Amino acid sequence: MKLHEYQSKRIFAKYGIPIPRGEVATTPAEARDIAVRLGKPVVIKSQVLVGGRGKAGGIKLAKTPDEAEQVAAQILGMEIKGLRVKKVLVDEAADIRSEIYLGAVLDRAARRVAIMASSEGGVEIEEVAAKTPEKIVKVHVHPFLGLKDYQARNLAYGIGLPKEHVKAFVKIAKGLYNAYVGTDASLAEINPLVINGEGKLLAVDGKIVLDDSALFRHPDLAEMRDPDDEDEYEREARRYGLTYIHLDGEIGCMVNGAGLAMATMDIVKLYGGEPANFLDIGGGAQADKVAAALRIILSDERVKAVLINIFGGITRCDEVARGILEATSTLDVRVPFVVRLVGTNEEEGRRLLAQANMITATSLAEAAQKAVAAAKGELA
Amino acid sequence: MSILVGKETRLLVQGITGREGSFHTAQMIEYGTNVVAGVTPGKGGEWAVGNVPVFDTVKEAVEATAANTSIIYVPARFSPDAILEAADAGIELVVCITEGIPALDMVSVRAFLDTTNTRLIGPNCPGVITPGEAKVGIMPGHIHTPGPVGIVSRSGTLTYEVVYALTARGIGQSTAVGIGGDPIIGTTFLDVLQMFEDDPGTEQVVLIGEIGGTDEQRAAEFIASKMTKPVVGFIAGRTAPPGKRMGHAGAIISGGEGTAEEKIAALQAAGVAVASHPEEIADLVARNL
Repeated sequence: MKLHEYQSKRIFAKYGIPIPRGEVATTPAEARDIAVRLGKPVVIKSQVLVGGRGKAGGIKLAKTPDEAEQVAAQILGMEIKGLRVKKVLVDEAADIRSEIYLGAVLDRAARRVAIMASSEGGVEIEEVAAKTPEKIVKVHVHPFLGLKDYQARNLAYGIGLPKEHVKAFVKIAKGLYNAYVGTDASLAEINPLVINGEGKLLAVDGKIVLDDSALFRHPDLAEMRDPDDEDEYEREARRYGLTYIHLDGEIGCMVNGAGLAMATMDIVKLYGGEPANFLDIGGGAQADKVAAALRIILSDERVKAVLINIFGGITRCDEVARGILEATSTLDVRVPFVVRLVGTNEEEGRRLLAQANMITATSLAEAAQKAVAAAKGELA
Repeated sequence: MSILVGKETRLLVQGITGREGSFHTAQMIEYGTNVVAGVTPGKGGEWAVGNVPVFDTVKEAVEATAANTSIIYVPARFSPDAILEAADAGIELVVCITEGIPALDMVSVRAFLDTTNTRLIGPNCPGVITPGEAKVGIMPGHIHTPGPVGIVSRSGTLTYEVVYALTARGIGQSTAVGIGGDPIIGTTFLDVLQMFEDDPGTEQVVLIGEIGGTDEQRAAEFIASKMTKPVVGFIAGRTAPPGKRMGHAGAIISGGEGTAEEKIAALQAAGVAVASHPEEIADLVARNL
């Protein structure tokens, strides 16, 4: 789950990281009031959960409260990568002298949290990693020890930070690690961390992505979820405990198991089709869950055929068949279904579907080929 | 021969009185697994799934029954504690089925396990099966048959699909290991490849990977430099978009890292025959026999 910049920065502030003074506005008038209160030039920043806000015109300076109101009026309501801007952050504009990158991420290979710093702040870290990897310095944190001062100093010296800033940097790096652990994040970054005209370090932009598996112990953070973080189909799927990811193709896929669901999408593509979604109904799904899954798939108007691939283990093929029948009896189904049921109670499942005029297949390759053909109207 | 589990396995079930735990314990016993004890705090002294004695602590269960392997079916928020309890009691092999454990909990658990002799399989995995000997997991036992092919996989049902195709052709399996779909796991491809390489009962290996992380690339380096047995590979997620978790917590392409293409290229460079779809794996395995 992604947090907005303003949410991330407020969390950073709780962990002792200095951030600019600022407030969130939902109307141009509010933006103006905030600018008046700050009494300084401000920066108006769209709060949407995508990158590239600046390039899209979603971040602008305003010297006066009047200007703040005008700029906020331009930014509020604009669309950035398909997301409508509903909130802007009005921050005191920083007098930026230099920009640093500081981030915390789970390093899977090292099985540790890695803290990364770079003198190349203000650009995407992936870009720095690709072009000038030598400019990224990394330390790994032992979970029982936490980030130690010497490690944070190594980062500071490693990026050539002037020595008068090292002490403040160490405090910020430790604050970032503590924020990462304290919120169960999977990513926490300050980009840029700036040195301003007064010679102070300031987290001008921030981003936190939370580990969804840990939200149960952070009800306060879970409440911050922006519905725009997932599309309507994904939200509906989550309500039923399904994992659904919306894609752009024409073949709807319903599968049990994440690996098999990916492999099913891949084989659709291999035979010349495009998957419309990833959908894992999980293990042991009951008929109502299967029916919900199909409703979600069919609500996507681009879907021209549905491929159902079930390998029954804990999941029973007869239960899946009942769910399919439940869904097709209540919905206006206009697209062909290709069904492959293998494993636990497969005979009963196939018997249930025999009357339902569906295309069946025994192998996965056959099922994918038939689904691709059906989507082109070549099979009835 | 086989790896990790077999006739010598004396299994303890943590969370045996829960819905999942009792259901799968019955299935494991039916398959022939030697289930010697269960643990549910507060239910010590009771019996579960027929005649399996239940203990309050893993330590008591080990002392009373000499259990050497544990399987965990407890909810995610209690699983890290269950893994640590098993390790503290000296269990050699812990298999954690549970999905949804916070990643940072696993960072700590794994750091502690590295100081012990306990091996963890999973979490978020289907478990381990040595056909005809022991099933320590949730996989459908009947699709397996004993034989010379070792299987190691990050996925559950995708593995069943491959096993099913192998068995249908009369090709059996030595051991099938589900290492789990989480970003931090106890046992990696590398560890299991080494075990299969050393196992006289395994003649070739099937490796089933997916997007996310770089474990398959490190497995490829190992295969190229250390393995003498043939390896057949498959990577799921060629069509997965970047930045989205494809069901498994670990199945995500992030920062351009962990794509199916780079994994397939690494495996092919190591001499691994990589299948283009799951059923083709059985064809490639048959060719090596």
